[in-house]
Formats: sequence, C-alpha cells, structure tokens
Amino acid sequence: MTVFFQQLINGLSLGAIYALIALGYTMVYGTLQLINFAHSEVFMMGAFMSLYLARWTGADQNPTVASVTLVILGTMAFCAALGMTIERLAYRPLRKSGRLNLLITAIGVSMLLRNGTLLVCGPLASFPTLLPAAQWQLAPGLTLRSMDVITLAVTLVLMVLLHHIVERTQMGRAMRAVSHSRDAAALMGINVDRVIAFTFALGSSLAGAAAFLRAVDMHKIDPEMGTNMGLKAFVAAVLGGIGSIPGAVVGAILLGLSETFVSGYLTSTYRDAIAFCLLIIILLFRPSGILGKHAPEKV
Amino acid sequence: MMTRGAMIGWAAMLLGITIVWGIQVFAIPWTDPYYADIVVRVGMNLLAVMGLALVLGFTGQFSLGHAGFMAVGAYTAGALSLYAHVPPPVCLIVGGCAAAVAGVVVGLPSLRLTGDYLAVVTLGFNGIIIVLIQNAEWLGGAKGLIGLPTFTNFGWTFTFVLLGGISLRNLIASGQGRVFEAVRDNEIATRSLGIDTTRAKVTAFVIGAFWAGIAGGLVAFHRGSIFPTQFQYDRSIELVAMVVLGGTGSLSGPLIASSVLTALPELLRPIAQYRMVIYSLLLIGMMILRPTGLLGARELTEVLRFRKPVKA
Repeated sequence: MTVFFQQLINGLSLGAIYALIALGYTMVYGTLQLINFAHSEVFMMGAFMSLYLARWTGADQNPTVASVTLVILGTMAFCAALGMTIERLAYRPLRKSGRLNLLITAIGVSMLLRNGTLLVCGPLASFPTLLPAAQWQLAPGLTLRSMDVITLAVTLVLMVLLHHIVERTQMGRAMRAVSHSRDAAALMGINVDRVIAFTFALGSSLAGAAAFLRAVDMHKIDPEMGTNMGLKAFVAAVLGGIGSIPGAVVGAILLGLSETFVSGYLTSTYRDAIAFCLLIIILLFRPSGILGKHAPEKV
Repeated sequence: MMTRGAMIGWAAMLLGITIVWGIQVFAIPWTDPYYADIVVRVGMNLLAVMGLALVLGFTGQFSLGHAGFMAVGAYTAGALSLYAHVPPPVCLIVGGCAAAVAGVVVGLPSLRLTGDYLAVVTLGFNGIIIVLIQNAEWLGGAKGLIGLPTFTNFGWTFTFVLLGGISLRNLIASGQGRVFEAVRDNEIATRSLGIDTTRAKVTAFVIGAFWAGIAGGLVAFHRGSIFPTQFQYDRSIELVAMVVLGGTGSLSGPLIASSVLTALPELLRPIAQYRMVIYSLLLIGMMILRPTGLLGARELTEVLRFRKPVKA
C-alpha cells in the first residue's frame, strides 16, 4: 500500500507540472487552433530566467521568502512577455494564411529559441536549491517532500487564479468568446488581437511558474529540457480534450499518475511509451478527448 | 496499355539509372568524400520526403510520425542483415515492406481522426517505436545497432530515388492520384461521389511509409550503425518542414526544399555555432514571406514552362 501512496504523491506532483504547461497549449489552441510548438521553449527559457534572477537577487546564496517570490514572479512576467513577443512577431503576420504554415512557423520559433539559448546560455547549468528541501517520513517507505507540497500548493493557487480570470473577468469572457467563434467575437466589438496576445501571456506565465518548480526539483537546467516536458504536456492537453481548460488539468493529472504508477509497479523504461499508448487508446474511443466537445463535421 | 506520359517516365528512369551508375563508377571515386557524403545524405532525405509529400501534400493527411516509418525500415533491414546475413538490397525491400505494414497500422486510426488529432497519434506512434527499440536488447537498445555492412553509396541511393520519384509521379498523374487530391480538398464531397476515402488514405500511408522504410534502410547501411535517437520526432518535424517549404501539392518542390535544407547546414559549417539559428530564421522568414512554399502546388516543369497552375 505504501508504494501506492508514494506513487500517488509523485504522480500528483508530476501531473501538476504537466498541468501548468498543458494549460498554455490548450488555451492557445482554443483561440488560434495552433499547436504552439514554441511553448516548450518558453518553459525552458523560463528556467534559465529563474537562474539569472536568483543570481541577481542573491536568492541563490541566501534564499529568503521575499527574494524567492521575486524570482518566481519575475520568471512568470518574463515568460508572459516572451509569449506575447513570439505571437506578435511570428504568428500575427500569418493570421490570414493556412494553419500548416502557422505550425511550421511555430516549429521554426521553437528551433530558434532552443539553439539561441544554447548559444547564449551554454549547454548545462546547475540550479540552486531555492525552496526548503525537507522530507517527512509518513510511514515506512512513504516520504512526503516539501517540494511536492509546494508544487501542489503553487499549482492550486494558480488554477484558482486562472479560473477567476477566465470565468469572472471581462477579458476572460472575451477569451471564451474568441475561442467559441473568432469572427463572431470580432463582430461584437472584441479586439481579437488583444485577446490572443493576452491568452499567450496567460499561458506563458503558467509555463514560467512550472519552469521554476521543475528547475528547483531537478537541480540542473539545459536548453533541451523543454522538448520532452512540452511533448508530454501537449499529450496531456489532447488527452483531456484540447481547447478545454479543465480538460488539460484532468489529462495532465491522469498522465502524471499513469507514468509514476507504471514506473512504480512495472518498469521505468516503458515510462515514456505509456503517455503515447494512453493517448492512442483514448483518442480511438473518444476522438475529441476526455472533456472535449465533439464537433460534428460540417459541409 | 501504358499512357504516353508513363512510358516517357519509365524510359527516363532507365536512362537515369544508367547515368547514376555511370557517375558512381566514373566520377565518385575522384570526388571529395565529404561532398559525396552530403549528396548521399540528400538522396536519403529525398526518398523520405517524397513519401511524405504523397501523404501530406497530396492526400492532406497530417502525419508527424514519418521518422517512425524510417526507424521500422532501418531496424528491419539492419536486423535482417546482421542476424540472417541477407544481402543488403533485399534487406532494403523487406524493410520498406515492414514500414508499409506499419503504415496500415497507423493509417487505420485515420478512419476516425482528422487534422491535428491524426498528427498527434502519428507523433505518438513515432514515440512508441523509439521506446520499443530502446528497450529491445537484440536491436542494440539505446546503444544502437552496430556492425552493419556499409553498402549505401551514390549509385544505390539514387537508383531508389529515381524508382520512387518516377513511380510516385506516375501515381499522382493517374486516377488514383486524383482521388488523393480530392480527399485532400474535400473529404465529404469525395465520399459523396462514391469514393472509398478511407481506402485512399490508408493507401497513401502505406506507399509513403514504404519509401520512408527504404530511406531508413539506406540510413542503416550508410554508416553501418543506427541509433534510436536518429528517428525521433524532431526528424519527423524536419521532414514536414521540407514538404511545406517546398509546397504542398507538389512533388518537385519538396524535393528541392529537402536538397537545400539537407545541404544548407553543411554549407553553413564554417559558422557552425550559428547555423541552427540561421536555419530556423530562414524557416520562419520563408513562411511569413512566401506562405505557399517554394513552388506552391506546381511542379518544377510547369514553373519552367511558365504554365499557369490549373485553378481548382
């Protein structure tokens, strides 16, 4: 039973990180119908920004609550700005052209950011322990790390905040309108470009928070770290039904749990395959994901 | 009865193969091995790209798992050669057929899925193939399959490129080719004409996978070693980029794009550290400035004859 609860904790913690990244994919998909391949690179650059902010505020030598909060908020602000810049420079000029072109541009932006980071920041950096690394022995073979608690707490706070923004504010209502029908929203006087920019900022800032948490947990960061995490988070978004915000969270938790349970009970070598197997099985039976709306094809 | 166009095609192929082997025998031994190697790598990419051009460009099925088919072909050919000592050309064909079978397996979900969901499933297929290979000790696992014969040379590579190119050109010009394009342009309208669109989609997948498998086999016998990381999804994405840059709905466009994009990183080697940055900037710039790709839906022959594309 201890194995079960241990994997439950690990799975929830991993799923929370996936959820933060997956939300960015799903929100951008909701408004632009674009698989934003550059999102994983926003996550990766957020980790590097965290490192530089930690050095600049002195949090790497002497982490205080104020300086660490500054680092995480600074990272989120940086990622939001980066997401908006990418949208403005690379995606907006292509608003009128085909979706395939937009996709290739996203791939290009992803390559550019990854290789640019490699050039400027180098291939590997170690990340300071910014959060308290306590461990509690709950039972023999069952430990709870403070890292897991903080990850889940931060994720929960951000989810509540996101829910509030999407459901209760004017901008959130505009976002839902654009995702429902971009043309109709424009006719109702909504500034679609501004809403799309806001969506990128919101999704990217969540990826920034995820990057900070992941970097503290892994103790090292590299320009390739976004590729795998981004792919998994994207799979999670599709599992839950891409375009659906609660769906992304459900898909991410499901993916995190199944990955840790497979490595806990079976073997960790097949851990990466489980994400894809789960994906194919769910899509075959529910082609629009767990919580996705089924849209019949119109002529 | 063969049409005139098809006969010209096959005649051109016989002539082409003769020229290719002429070059192999008389010119390659005196060429700088470095440049000869680049040309062979261009050829291998050409084969993989022409298969994807059929699936993505002509049939409109967005596949992000084409490198997975290459992996199936490469490892089938490699294992046959290593354990059964089958001669390499036979290994290549068997590898292509194995990839075609994988094409049926991946093509079938396209019954239910369209657009981005299909892309994600093919991406997943690619990931699963890589994990399975990494965990198969008899395929070398993550350390790679080594000790294969180095058989791939200019002659064999371009023989297959000619075979693939001309057979695909003939296929696209045939009635079946029209069916592919109809599925791409409007699947529902095509189905209402009584055409089995599922069958057309699976056929495109199988043919595309076959040529990717051949390309994979050539990769296996190129250096004599293959590694699972060579066939990861970034390779699939690179192939998609080549097709879109060349122009969807064109066969020669993607072939030009793949030649340029394979050779470009090599030409940029003097400024090695910036080459990937320049490469990606070119990709973004090209998409913004010329979104239809290099040739759009036209072929090189039509562009050279200044023929206007047929309006849909």
